[in-house]
This record gives sequence, C-alpha cells and structure tokens, in this order.
Amino acid sequence: MLHTINKSPFETSTMETCLRFLQPGDPVLFIEDGVYAVQASNRFSPMIEALQKINPVFALQPDLSARGIDSVADGVGTIDYEGFVGLVEEHQVNTWF
Amino acid sequence: MNIGILLKEGPYNHQASDTAFKFAEAAIKKGHRVDAVFLYNDGVTNVTKLMDPPQDDRNIAARWSELGRQHGFEILACIAASKRRGINDDVLVEGSSITGLGTLTDIAIRNDRFVTFGD
Amino acid sequence: MHVLRHAPHGTIYTYEGLEMILIMAAYEQDLSVVFIGDGVYALKKGQDTSAIGIKGFSRTFMALDGYDVEKLYVDQLSLEERGLGEDDLIVGVEVMNSENIGKLMKEQDVIIHH
Repeated sequence: MLHTINKSPFETSTMETCLRFLQPGDPVLFIEDGVYAVQASNRFSPMIEALQKINPVFALQPDLSARGIDSVADGVGTIDYEGFVGLVEEHQVNTWF
Repeated sequence: MNIGILLKEGPYNHQASDTAFKFAEAAIKKGHRVDAVFLYNDGVTNVTKLMDPPQDDRNIAARWSELGRQHGFEILACIAASKRRGINDDVLVEGSSITGLGTLTDIAIRNDRFVTFGD
Repeated sequence: MHVLRHAPHGTIYTYEGLEMILIMAAYEQDLSVVFIGDGVYALKKGQDTSAIGIKGFSRTFMALDGYDVEKLYVDQLSLEERGLGEDDLIVGVEVMNSENIGKLMKEQDVIIHH
C-alpha cells in the first residue's frame, strides 16, 4: 500500500501518525507541504533515514522545486506526477492529510 | 487501469485540487482511464462557473471541465455537501453534475484504484 | 475503510465523514471505521453543542450498529495520550494497537480519511 503525506512535519503530526501504521515495504510518497520532511539536514532527517531502512521513500519533484528544496536526504527518490501514477499502478493508496 | 478520484478540498485555498489535476493528467498520459472525479466537503466548490480568477492564474473549474470533456469523465459533486455550500445546477461548469453518495460508493467499488486528495 | 482523524466540531470533516459512512453502509458495503488522533474525540461522552450553535451528532455513532457497521476500531495510543479510556466513549469499540490497525489498513482496497 502506497502512503502519501502532504503535511509539513514541522506543522502537524500527520507524518508521525502515518509512520506508526506503516507496514514494512510500503512505499511512502511526500507531496505538497509534506516534502519539507525530506529536506536534507533538518530535524527529521534521522527519522527519514531510519524509515528508509524498511520502506522506500519518495518525494514529488514538482513540489520540491516549487518550494526551493534542492537537497533531499540521501536515498529519497524524487519522482514526477507520472512517477506518482507509477506507484499507484503498483499499490492501493492510503492518503494521509 | 481505471481510476476513481475523490477530491475533498476546494480550489485555491489548498493545493489538493491542483495535485489531483496533475495526477489525473499524468494518469491519462500514461494510458489509464479516469472514471470520475467525485467532490466532497469543500471540494464541491471546484466546479462553480462563478469563479473568476485573475487572468494570469489558472481557472480551476474551467480546467477540470476541459480535462473531463477531452477524456470522457464527469466531475460529480455530492448533493448534500453542495446544498450546504450553495452549489446547485445553475452554477455548475459544463461536464459536472450533482449526485449522491451512492454514486461515490459505485466509483469506489468499480475502479482498480481509488485515490483521495484532501488537506 | 473510513479513518476519522479530526475532532468533531472545529471542522466539518467528522460530521460529513459520518454522513458518507452512513450512506455507504446503506449500500451494504463491508465497512470498518477507525478512529485515530483527534478522531477519538468524536466518540467522547457528554458532548453538548447547544451553546455553540452547531448540531451535535455524537449520538449518531450509536446508530451505526443498526446500519451493520459493527467494526469500530480505536487506536490505543491516541486514546491513551489523550487521557481517555473505553469508558469515556459513547459506543462500544475495539481498542487496537497501531501494528494491528496498520495490518488491517494494508488489506483494504479503499481507504478514505476524513
């Protein structure tokens, strides 16, 4: 199951809530303000690093670009909307907001 | 693949409608079929033709209407949510209509994927 | 599966979520409802909305039983961290840990958050 998160972790607990219910191997896609979670060297970087050991992590490049984020945590995959669709081809979707 | 979309936020105030639109465009480009876009909560205000943004901005209602027309899907606003928010047949853009939650149930069941966009 | 994550009156999400659940249940869908985060406040006993001018609906959760929505799950941690227990809730629920709710989510074809 694909989990999408659209909230900045600095603003709400959406990401932390989602991560509690995540099953091993489920991909996580950060979109909209959610992409602030994967900016390199922020307070949540250790959490993202730990997450990646069990779950593939992606961020939507158009949302990163829109927010001026040009450096993301190591190992985070960046995808465009077609990549988003690609993940949906493979998984049912659980949209966290 | 057949895809149903649920959009739970109105235009401009949240990015949800923009993301849903970009997602729908990309899905169509990849050869998938968007079955319907169902609007709930403030999402019903995405299809009022009364919206009139500045010319250099996107017109969210017109954009949904056009994508639906080009690719043969309807934009469906929940009747209960619409009535609360003053949306009726008189203000709908072409290609949208008002329907009940039973239709959403069908959309959720009959599609390979059901994707929610909200905030 | 429907996931209620908002407190009941500050926004309309829970109320309209409940409306959706009732209709979908009437179509005899096999539904489960999960309360996570502030969503657990929707089930809090003793809500009186008369002075805020908003129609109360906490009792409607008691009607879900009659619509064959019998699976109400409450996230254990969400309940605990709010200092609440099962006795504080208006309906009987199954309190579940996040691991088991997560497994349940993974089995779903459709998940709608409210």
